[in-house]
Amino acid sequence: MKNDSRFRDAPGAAARTMRLCLDGRWLTARAGESVAAALLAQDGAATRSTPVSGAGRTPFCMMGVCFDCLVTIDGRQNQQACMTEVRDGMVVERQQGARRTAAAS
Amino acid sequence: MSAQPGTAVIGGGIVGLCVALGLAARGHDVQVFDGPDRDMRASQGNFGLVWLQGKGAGYAPYARWSHEAVGAWAGFASRLTALSGVDPALRQEGGYEFFTDPAELEQFAQDLHRQAATLGAGHAFEMLGPDDLAHRLPGIGREVAGATFCPRDGHVNPLRLHLALRKACLASGVRTSAGAGVISVQGLAAGGFSIRSRDGRAVQCRRVVLCAGLGSAVLGPQLGFRAPIRAQRGELLITERLADRLPFLSSTIRQVDEGGIQIGGTKAAADTDGETTGQMAALARHAIQVWPRLAEVNVLRSWAALRVLTPDGYPIYQRSVDHPGAFLVTCHSGVTLAPLHATRLAEWIDGDPAAPDLEAFDEERFAVS
Ligand code: FES
Repeated sequence: MKNDSRFRDAPGAAARTMRLCLDGRWLTARAGESVAAALLAQDGAATRSTPVSGAGRTPFCMMGVCFDCLVTIDGRQNQQACMTEVRDGMVVERQQGARRTAAAS
Repeated sequence: MSAQPGTAVIGGGIVGLCVALGLAARGHDVQVFDGPDRDMRASQGNFGLVWLQGKGAGYAPYARWSHEAVGAWAGFASRLTALSGVDPALRQEGGYEFFTDPAELEQFAQDLHRQAATLGAGHAFEMLGPDDLAHRLPGIGREVAGATFCPRDGHVNPLRLHLALRKACLASGVRTSAGAGVISVQGLAAGGFSIRSRDGRAVQCRRVVLCAGLGSAVLGPQLGFRAPIRAQRGELLITERLADRLPFLSSTIRQVDEGGIQIGGTKAAADTDGETTGQMAALARHAIQVWPRLAEVNVLRSWAALRVLTPDGYPIYQRSVDHPGAFLVTCHSGVTLAPLHATRLAEWIDGDPAAPDLEAFDEERFAVS
């Protein structure tokens, strides 16, 4: 299903020189932008589902208060994508429902 | 329905709503006067325990009263759900007290033995050493020296309980005034009472039940009650929701029905409800000590709330001597005792011959002799 991003590049926007992996698919991103901005620029699909109702969410406030941008980043669950700067080679997964604790040791 | 209530209940927290529900179920016309939103509200800041373990170790009537309450919870939860359409999420599968200090464990074990001696056959608890615990709860912290376990203990979602009580009261014909902010209650010469709110309104009623938590310390003496009530601050943390279930309930760590882990149990004499970094850090350390897997889990919110305590920690159920028809009801375990406050206590208020004998809980025990 094609689900276009609601955002367009500004004229003269910097080139996308970084790569990040979202659920196994490689995307490009700009140096200095947040993971949330990079994800919103790709498509309009949900980036997490809520723990209670399972409803889809995307980043919303972009300033660290709504927690709707939660994703797993390099294996750490429930990270705020809007508060995390993109790094080259970063591995991001959509957060599906509530997080888990580490398996019993 | 007349504009003047037969019985006024001052306080719309868990205790007041239980009393109102019980009186309404006995056919009375009841009005609940609730305070402003910003009042200190134990009902909205508490931990939601339905707890028997250790209660009344040194006071048999309280051990028996708590025992009766935890035994009545399952039926009460179903009744509430049926009346209100809101499930208070009772889970009553037993609870632990964890100890890192063997001496403290030993001391608490003695309390439990005393409690068990009062409650007699049919009451049991367990003592668990580190090996038992490692077997029962793989993942328990190595610093935990032992635990006690009471199979009758449990918990509810306290906010949902409060909502269920409000809806059950409405469905039972109880009227409520939100934001009433009662500032005075006066006994009238001709009998009955006049209740004045901050906005200047006055309402008359035939009977009045004070269930105003810390507010009863101010209103109680107006009706001749001693009302020796003080505040104790408890701080709490709640984590993000977890998909996996915590395999235990303890008096300081519990998983809310919606998945978050609530951590609490601090005690400080204080009458303000702000949190402190030191106490919050101690709570987090305690949780990780008991269940090291929580170390990576994020805390989402913290808050503090004020417990409502009498000098000995037991409830006060008192009829006014000077003003027949006035009652004081106050306690610290409003959740645990809810099923009795909504049934047996209403019988007592009505002077029903079938009512329990609550003399052990009158405030004469605080008289200076
Ligand atoms: S978008 Fe609101 S916290 Fe990240």
